[in-house]
Amino acid sequence: MPNIITDDTIEYVGILAKLELSGEEREQAKKDMGRMLDYIDKLNELDTSGVEPLSHVFTVQNVFREDVVTNGDGSAETLKNAPEEKDSMFVVPKTFD
Amino acid sequence: MELLSLSAVELATAIREGKTTAVEAMKAVMERIDQTEGQYHCYVTVDREGALRRAEETQKKLEAGTLAGPLAGVPVAVKDNLCTEGMLTTCASKILENFVPTYSAEAVRNLERAGAVLIGKTNMDEFAMGSTTETSAYGVTRNPKDLEHVPGGSSGGSAAAVAAEECFFALGSDTGGSIRQPASFCGVVGMKPTYGTVSRYGLVAYGSSLDQIGPLCKTVEDCAVILEAISSYDSKDSTSMDRKDTDFSSALAEDVRGMRIGIPRDYFGEGLDPEVKTAVLAAAELLREAGAVVEEFDLSLVDYAIPTYYTIAAAEASSNLERFDGIKYGFRAEARGLHQMYKATRSQGFGSEVKRRIMLGSFVLSSGYYDAYYLKALRVKAMIKKAFDDAFSKYDCILGPTAPTTAPRLGESLADPIKMYLGDIYTISANLAGLPGICVPCGQDGKGLPIGLQLLGDCFQEKKLLRAAYTYEQLRKETAAGTGER
Repeated sequence: MPNIITDDTIEYVGILAKLELSGEEREQAKKDMGRMLDYIDKLNELDTSGVEPLSHVFTVQNVFREDVVTNGDGSAETLKNAPEEKDSMFVVPKTFD
Repeated sequence: MELLSLSAVELATAIREGKTTAVEAMKAVMERIDQTEGQYHCYVTVDREGALRRAEETQKKLEAGTLAGPLAGVPVAVKDNLCTEGMLTTCASKILENFVPTYSAEAVRNLERAGAVLIGKTNMDEFAMGSTTETSAYGVTRNPKDLEHVPGGSSGGSAAAVAAEECFFALGSDTGGSIRQPASFCGVVGMKPTYGTVSRYGLVAYGSSLDQIGPLCKTVEDCAVILEAISSYDSKDSTSMDRKDTDFSSALAEDVRGMRIGIPRDYFGEGLDPEVKTAVLAAAELLREAGAVVEEFDLSLVDYAIPTYYTIAAAEASSNLERFDGIKYGFRAEARGLHQMYKATRSQGFGSEVKRRIMLGSFVLSSGYYDAYYLKALRVKAMIKKAFDDAFSKYDCILGPTAPTTAPRLGESLADPIKMYLGDIYTISANLAGLPGICVPCGQDGKGLPIGLQLLGDCFQEKKLLRAAYTYEQLRKETAAGTGER
């Protein structure tokens, strides 16, 4: 059955993705996502019961190290590309009045 | 000596022997760029002054005997999603139009340790999302073999720069075929190593579980030497593998006697261009004549690789690209309030293909759909991995085409995303299963567009691939010399 993406769904996805779509973009996005999901639904042809999801191809464990600081003070470098900074801090637009 | 036609290894040798210098090599590259870059547009950034300065410094060190790397003095182009200290790194996106990294990617540092000299940054699909280099925010790259055709993607600028001799070799990244497919379309050699072989530190992430950095170059010998130089264990990349077998150039022997090569029947079905099929099967025949044991087999699950990939890649992309929020770096849109600023920055900063994948990724990870889509894809990925494990219990290499067709015409692909995604059918499973894969030129179609042969190996078996690819490359040269064709 073809996937129909509703306005509500696209609105919700826009909130999750922090994207704002114009009217035309929105209609295209609904169509595109529906088509992609129709295509992805092909995976339902396969019986995957009993198959463990594989996120990492090798059986590696988390990598731990001693909790020792090895990098120096990189604050100047960290701020170097900031659109706006002040007193060694990132400046953001007002969040509340 | 025609400098530009030398391979990277040949140039390094000539420099070492004093027949030319790093500076002369870089000047030759700049002259070529002056002549052809206006047509091809392989680069987003050419760092002319910096490149000549670095070449001079390298030459001095060589003469002083303080630098003896295998690529000493060789000019290299780097894909624009690899961070380069002090040099603009845009990912071909508006959202990073002004991003100048304060550090270099580990693979770039490894190249510099080997003596290679950075020219600039190559064009790509925005954030590596695309198969044609047409989604770049900085204009398309044209295929040097035919200007009306795409170079492939997403590392299209890197492949085109090698083909156009606007560099001696290049680095690319491969998430679903982004090194191998443009290599195929531009007629150069490209390799994606086993996941974890090259550090991803400083590579702007797209699909972290799939991304690998690798070389695009002129010969299989170059490929082995470059891969050897960029491979390293790196504690800054938690998925980095500590390998002891990265002496890849030791594999360059012309010998495939007894090597078991499997050809998946499922790679030769509907959608495969007959000219590509003929060229690839002729390559297999050459290897058989040289003593390889070549047979057909059924790989299975081939049709499920693309939907699995696009689910996982989109999910990881939506998560990785959350960092572009207009606060820490890059473009910021003017808007009232923090939340509106996020939305405006991302909506204006990202192109449509990137937005498409972020939205799909956000959807498949959202509550209520996570199990049905994302986890389902991870289960199918496990099945695909198993299918390859079974194949590699019987074969040393899997041989097939790199792409179903030669390079499409400019403007033909973006109108139908799913059709474009289908072009990744032979390359994509290597990323899902973490396998190494190499693309070597194996002929051309009636229009003169290059055709690429792909060899896939089991994890950590790059040496087998390099040996088979090197043998094929030498045999092809001999055959061509015999019949008088190129």
